[in-house]
Amino acid sequence: MPKPLFGLKHLFGIGDLNREQITSLVNLGDDFIDINSRSVKKDATLRGRTVINLFFENSTRTRTSFEIAGKRLSADVINISASTSATKKGESLLDTGQTLAAMQPHVLVIRHSVAGTCEFLSEFLEDTALINAGDGSHEHPTQILTDLLTLKRSMGDIQGKTMTIVGDIAHSRVARSHMLAAKIMGYNVRIVAPKTLLPAFVENYGCEVFHDFDAALDGTDILYMLRVQTERLTTNCCFPSIREYHETYGLNMKRLKAAGDHCMVMHPGPMNRGVEIATDVADSMKSLILEQVEHGVAVRMAALTALCGGATEE
Amino acid sequence: MTDILITNGRVIDPANNIDEVCDVWIENGTVAGVGKFDGSAKQSIDAKGLIVCPGLIDMHVHLREPGEEWKEDIESGSQAAVAGGITTICTMPNTEPCIDHAGIVLQVIARAKEIGLCNLRPIGAVTRNLKGTELTEMRELSRSGAVAFSDDGKPIWHAGVMRKALEYSSSFGYLIIQHAEEKQLTDGGSVNEGWVSTQLGVQGMPVEGEDSMIARDIMLTRRADARYHVAHISSKGAVEQVRLAQKQGLKVTAEAAPHHFALTENEVLNFNADAKMSPPLRTEEDRLAVIEGLRDGTIEVIATDHAPHHEDDKRCGLSCAAFGIVGLETMLPISLDLERAGVLSMSDLIAKMTSNPAKLLNIPEGSLSQGNAADICIFDPQAEWTLDREKLFSKGRNTPWHSRTMTGQVQYTLKDGRVVFEKGSLKA
Repeated sequence: MPKPLFGLKHLFGIGDLNREQITSLVNLGDDFIDINSRSVKKDATLRGRTVINLFFENSTRTRTSFEIAGKRLSADVINISASTSATKKGESLLDTGQTLAAMQPHVLVIRHSVAGTCEFLSEFLEDTALINAGDGSHEHPTQILTDLLTLKRSMGDIQGKTMTIVGDIAHSRVARSHMLAAKIMGYNVRIVAPKTLLPAFVENYGCEVFHDFDAALDGTDILYMLRVQTERLTTNCCFPSIREYHETYGLNMKRLKAAGDHCMVMHPGPMNRGVEIATDVADSMKSLILEQVEHGVAVRMAALTALCGGATEE
Repeated sequence: MTDILITNGRVIDPANNIDEVCDVWIENGTVAGVGKFDGSAKQSIDAKGLIVCPGLIDMHVHLREPGEEWKEDIESGSQAAVAGGITTICTMPNTEPCIDHAGIVLQVIARAKEIGLCNLRPIGAVTRNLKGTELTEMRELSRSGAVAFSDDGKPIWHAGVMRKALEYSSSFGYLIIQHAEEKQLTDGGSVNEGWVSTQLGVQGMPVEGEDSMIARDIMLTRRADARYHVAHISSKGAVEQVRLAQKQGLKVTAEAAPHHFALTENEVLNFNADAKMSPPLRTEEDRLAVIEGLRDGTIEVIATDHAPHHEDDKRCGLSCAAFGIVGLETMLPISLDLERAGVLSMSDLIAKMTSNPAKLLNIPEGSLSQGNAADICIFDPQAEWTLDREKLFSKGRNTPWHSRTMTGQVQYTLKDGRVVFEKGSLKA
């Protein structure tokens, strides 16, 4: 098996990483950006490696970027989504995992609605490296690495900067992973949401909590908007209406201006225009949203390389 | 000549205020005497250094028969019970079909008698099919052998139905046992709501789910002058409410499960589905409050909520895993920690697993009174052993204590004056 880089056997969550590992992954991602902008987007780093993308939840950008990342590095990439998998025939998660692992891939990239899916499967799949591509409301490490690479390139050092995350914190794996990363990397996180969208004891992460979006704008360097799952919002009484949500927590031009000219806008996607973010903001010069998508490919190339791109041990 | 003589043990029989080193002798399957025996015996057991007490009672057990025998059946559950020193189990009615008709009460009792390892005293359903809408025929269920009533696992959420259940049952002196959980607060949750659930990104079950239903039930119990028992109490707020209700003279009682006084929510930080149960493991503050409730007598009973599951239902990720852990074979060693920590005397601890539940359920077991069936547990309070879930007698492997060291081990279990378990093995 290839020797993993940076002391990484798996990539479960930001919470399992240290500063050096995060920095190494981001820097390696930075190195890969170049390949993505060439006319011939191919490198032999992962030739002979097999990567399976196993997605039990819908995903466009994460799954596609893992696929492109693997292919540009010459890995053999297979995509499996829940709708085409044996899960529909009643197969358990564990059996699906073990079945795919028996085909000897180097890496399984997994997205599942159950938090801790990778931790759970790793107890049974000994020789397969696992990458968490989002597990329930728990963690989404490659999104955070993507964001850190984007911020590195647009702002330089993130240390001491303030990121204000707005929206459904309770159900957001991205928010949790950022709150963990902030502590490790030395940036500040403010979170903005009504109490109905906050998890218990969220302040234990060391973040500042706001219910009033406008009060959180001053001193913010990055406005990080979370997608609102509109079906979750109203049926669970988390919010009375989309209209009131947009009015209270939506990012419009007025709020962006109030945050100051230095402030940049991020969103992990997919966006609901007119709900958490106004169209003119999403399309403005301050938006880093498409850079995030672009850098997502590079960071996933780095993650795959870290787990299976090292020298082969026989 | 007596049949069996147990000598030199420290005999603890809380119902009769006995705690002394003496003999117990058995004739015709019943306790013939406790004291100094003079004479000969067909069989004798040297209990030097051991504790001799009434066979333990576990008033909160799920045996899955009829309906889900692959998880547990009355035979494997009976074996697990006697391996844990337990000779009387009260089984919850959430079988398939559920225990809401006399025929099923009679069936499970007959099956346990056939196996002959331990007494099975079923708890009947409060409502038909555990649906929470129409009352069961409690009179007939009681006549058939049901010792209390509960819709355990399916809390009686409708306040009007609960009021009527308390009023009707108390007209005849029956005990209502409630799994107190306001599902509208806890639905979709897997673990205690708090910092642990937040870190895991798993939906939590707020403590108010338990506390608010107990608050409501206590009010209804007051009006009905009923007998209300809180199953597996797990929160500080719940213990405080039960304590206050008792001070006010209400017939409110409670039981605690070993996992709720031994473990906290930190057990699930690694997504361990074998530490998932309902009510969930809670905070250290809650755990200490349960211990204080046991110490001051607010909580009279220790019961396990033994809930065997097939591994397929546990090996699917924390939020998909079934609720519950097995408990029959770990009740005694885990509970003995309370004595070792100075929370309870050995006698008071044993009372919570013998005479207290017997009194609450109005059953004859749980004492060594002369003429009583000789159901006896003999254990070594110091013996250390390592729990191996593969060696459990229960079909369930779902225990959070796998590979941990247990202190306190059952040496002999006697049922009706017959040794049914001895030093790790069942006796034919």
